[in-house]
Amino acid sequence: MKNLFLTGLLLISTLAFGQTTGYQVGDVVKDFALKNIDSKTVSLADYKDAKGYIVVFTCNTCPVAKGYQDRVAALNAAFAIKGYPVVAINPNDAGAAPDESYEKMQVLAKEKSFNYPYLFDPNQVVTKQFGALKTPHVFVLSKTANGTTVEYIGAIDNDPEGGNATKVNYVENAIDALNSGKKPAVTATKAVGCSIKWQRG
Amino acid sequence: MRVFVIICLSLITYSVNAQVKLLKLDDLNQRIANGKDTTYVINFWATWCSPCVAELPHFEKLRAENIKKPVKVLLVSLDFKSKLQKQVVPFVSANKIKAEVFLLDEPDQQQYIERIDKKWSGAIPATLFVNKQVRRFYEKEFTETELKNTLFNLK
Repeated sequence: MKNLFLTGLLLISTLAFGQTTGYQVGDVVKDFALKNIDSKTVSLADYKDAKGYIVVFTCNTCPVAKGYQDRVAALNAAFAIKGYPVVAINPNDAGAAPDESYEKMQVLAKEKSFNYPYLFDPNQVVTKQFGALKTPHVFVLSKTANGTTVEYIGAIDNDPEGGNATKVNYVENAIDALNSGKKPAVTATKAVGCSIKWQRG
Repeated sequence: MRVFVIICLSLITYSVNAQVKLLKLDDLNQRIANGKDTTYVINFWATWCSPCVAELPHFEKLRAENIKKPVKVLLVSLDFKSKLQKQVVPFVSANKIKAEVFLLDEPDQQQYIERIDKKWSGAIPATLFVNKQVRRFYEKEFTETELKNTLFNLK
């Protein structure tokens, strides 16, 4: 009886822990259907020829995320043709941060002529599934026999300000590895970013 | 009269010239190690981070309330080093911040984030409560009451 209780407790705590942390490297990703800035719904399954995806949690206002906007566009330009398109998602709640509204996402995407989808995540469901914690926060995925699998979580590079002499392009390296049938050498990195503005409730 | 002008001038330069020192993580750790019974409340923030800016007054209040206790509030900015003079110093003087303010001078985020706390994702605001016995890290925004209670209940 006591053992059963302990097992139950362990299970509950594991579940609770799993919920707060989201996907880990190696996990299989559930597909989603989110509204793009052109009002059309985008799912991972829409990309029939994709070998994987670069999922970028980014937003309208965070200076770090803004500093990376051009680099995100460059990633899409370089890797969509190789089978790894960028799919950007705004993880912030517009109720908590009005400048993160769908309308303002449309304005930004137009102004910056985003060459990739920029998706709205009502109620932050997909954000929680992934366990995104800040902007920018990148998840590199690849299609494997098991499904769409997380291969890398973290930063785009280690040079947010520009001018790091020992710059490493983490996302680029991860995709180059995947493209040549290998696993990324670096699967997780950390960087300073803006915390996600969660729905108040 | 001349003396008066000089005094005025020096007062003006003093208030404008807010002190924001560059800080290496090794120096911070050294200070904590030498801190005897002092508890350090170390807030990681940036001028561009709106929730950080919103909670700074709570830290100022905490500092003022504990001025006679072995408590030190340190505000460690993660702004870009190139923004020190253009943004961080003017921000500190405009907001009349009295706590000690630093700008973290570490080139590799990947490294320093892990050194500050293994569980830290790098999102700010984040706050470290640390003394010789206890080290508690929070990746969250604090309300005034939460901040007070966290310091008070630190064991």
